Amino acid sequence: MAVGVRTQDLRKVYQSAPPLGAGGGFVMRADAKGAKQPPKGQIPALDGLSLEVLAGEIFGLLGPNGAGKSTTIGILTTRVRPTSGQAWIGEHDVWKEQAEVKHLIGVVPQRPNLDFSLTAREILVFHGAYFGIGSKLRNERADGLLEKFKLTERGNQMVRGFSGGMMQRLSIARAMMHDPQVLFLDEPSAGLDPQTRILLWDIIREYHQAGKTVLLTTHNMEEADALCERIAIVDHGHMIALGTPAQLKASIPGGFLLRLRFGRQTAELLERLQALAGVREVRVLDTGGKLLNATGGGENGPAEHTGVDVYADRGGSLIPEIASLAASCGAELSDVHISEPSLENLFLHHTGRSLRD
Amino acid sequence: MNWKTFFAMLARDAHVARRNAMQLFLQTFLQPLLFVFIFGRVMVGSGYMRPEYKSLLLPGIIAISMTFTGVWAVAMPLIAEFQWTREIEDRLLAPISVGWIAIEKVIAGMLQALVAGLVVIPLAWLVLRPGVEISIGTPLTFALIIVLVAGFSSCGGLALGSSMDQQHIGLMFSMVMTPMIFFGCTYYPWSALNKFPILQRIVLVNPLVYASEGLRAALVPQFSHLPTTAVIGALFFFDVLLLVVGLRQFEKKAIT
Repeated sequence: MAVGVRTQDLRKVYQSAPPLGAGGGFVMRADAKGAKQPPKGQIPALDGLSLEVLAGEIFGLLGPNGAGKSTTIGILTTRVRPTSGQAWIGEHDVWKEQAEVKHLIGVVPQRPNLDFSLTAREILVFHGAYFGIGSKLRNERADGLLEKFKLTERGNQMVRGFSGGMMQRLSIARAMMHDPQVLFLDEPSAGLDPQTRILLWDIIREYHQAGKTVLLTTHNMEEADALCERIAIVDHGHMIALGTPAQLKASIPGGFLLRLRFGRQTAELLERLQALAGVREVRVLDTGGKLLNATGGGENGPAEHTGVDVYADRGGSLIPEIASLAASCGAELSDVHISEPSLENLFLHHTGRSLRD
Repeated sequence: MNWKTFFAMLARDAHVARRNAMQLFLQTFLQPLLFVFIFGRVMVGSGYMRPEYKSLLLPGIIAISMTFTGVWAVAMPLIAEFQWTREIEDRLLAPISVGWIAIEKVIAGMLQALVAGLVVIPLAWLVLRPGVEISIGTPLTFALIIVLVAGFSSCGGLALGSSMDQQHIGLMFSMVMTPMIFFGCTYYPWSALNKFPILQRIVLVNPLVYASEGLRAALVPQFSHLPTTAVIGALFFFDVLLLVVGLRQFEKKAIT
């Protein structure tokens, strides 16, 4: 029976910098304008996150580093105690029925945490033993998983000398060893070569087809797009969008994003850009690439700002019109970048920042 | 309580200890045996020490070996597993409550300390003989004392290992273990401090004093020693104290 995952109003405030295990890669953002300033030393990671992952779906948490993805996974996997709020795996409250919850979940951490005192095969076999799997079955499963993850030849070697990719594969094999109902993967393909990434995706899909629930975090849009049935986009501990990849992409005004740069830029130019057929929204960026509040610029007037993001329902065909419009306004078009509807654009649209920032 | 998980973890620790047996052996016994050789054989043989010193030294050496083994067996892996390899996370995700994972570590450490204590007796005896007069008058008292000694060392390892950062390992040995050993009445009986009354009182906060004196009471009762009941009471107190502190620190480390 497939098992879902639910959280309600999860908040987490770290009293000191979170350990790498919990909030891996967490960075304080100095540019979080408008955010409430927390008392000194307190680091808010999650701010009232409620989400529901349906039984048997592949669900993605997409967001930049420090968005609260790893903290969410940490709370759902009994490793991070929430400051407030609740979390359930199936019907089990994560913080009241830990042993039951641990039976249901398998966890692949962001950084490998393999047992360096054991061989690859022993890691799997002992993991099976921790979960009370009988000797014969755990040995069979371990061999099967080593085969599946192409690690059979290295099975009897200590993992100390393994490459990053091999460690990652073994981490995933270990998480699957006790056949959990819900599989958590924190940045599963970070640092993997393309070939291994595809192997990993296939394995995740196969696991999902067996009726299991998969919750993964990523800041890779391609991965979220390729794997996930639904995606929640999180930033600063909030959910800012939720839906299927197609729904989310359709929610971007126009869908296409044209990032333009002009030699100089005038209010007239911006007005006329907005009036072009197919243009849905025009946003002005400051020289550092950051979004300014309103169309038309900030305190220093538009002349200082040369970057413009145009959301439109067509891409390349707008360029000649934009170029001639710029010429007629005396603002030379110096750079153009067109991107098709993507989760990256969606993130940018909601936060004004790139996922990679 | 999930005993299958608990014993699987114990089996894992036993497996790793077997794999590292030679290293553990040298690490545990080399230093105490060299000490026994120099002080028990060379110094006594050359007449600088009285022959009885051999018998007096043996319980102290057992206490050091056990304490060092227990602390080392629990603290060192914990420090590395929490910070460097983070390999303990796999066990933290096993279907058992976090406190029991710490208790498993303590039991594994106690077993190693007991093995160390029982192995060092014949080893030291071989180096020291002839002239060592040890006798186990009341086996039950001896058994109780070595279990309590194993307990305090292993619980101490849990408390230290869950509180220390990796970069402070050197400090742990120079600031905690070394003074503990030298002020632990290991190389001399507590009564030898009669001429230093203040120091004699201060060293009573050191659990190793009770380990050495307790083993002296059990093995070489011909020398003066602290009363057995006081020793057992004090060791029990330190076992409980260090276990409580260790469990608290472990849970703090395990769950953020």
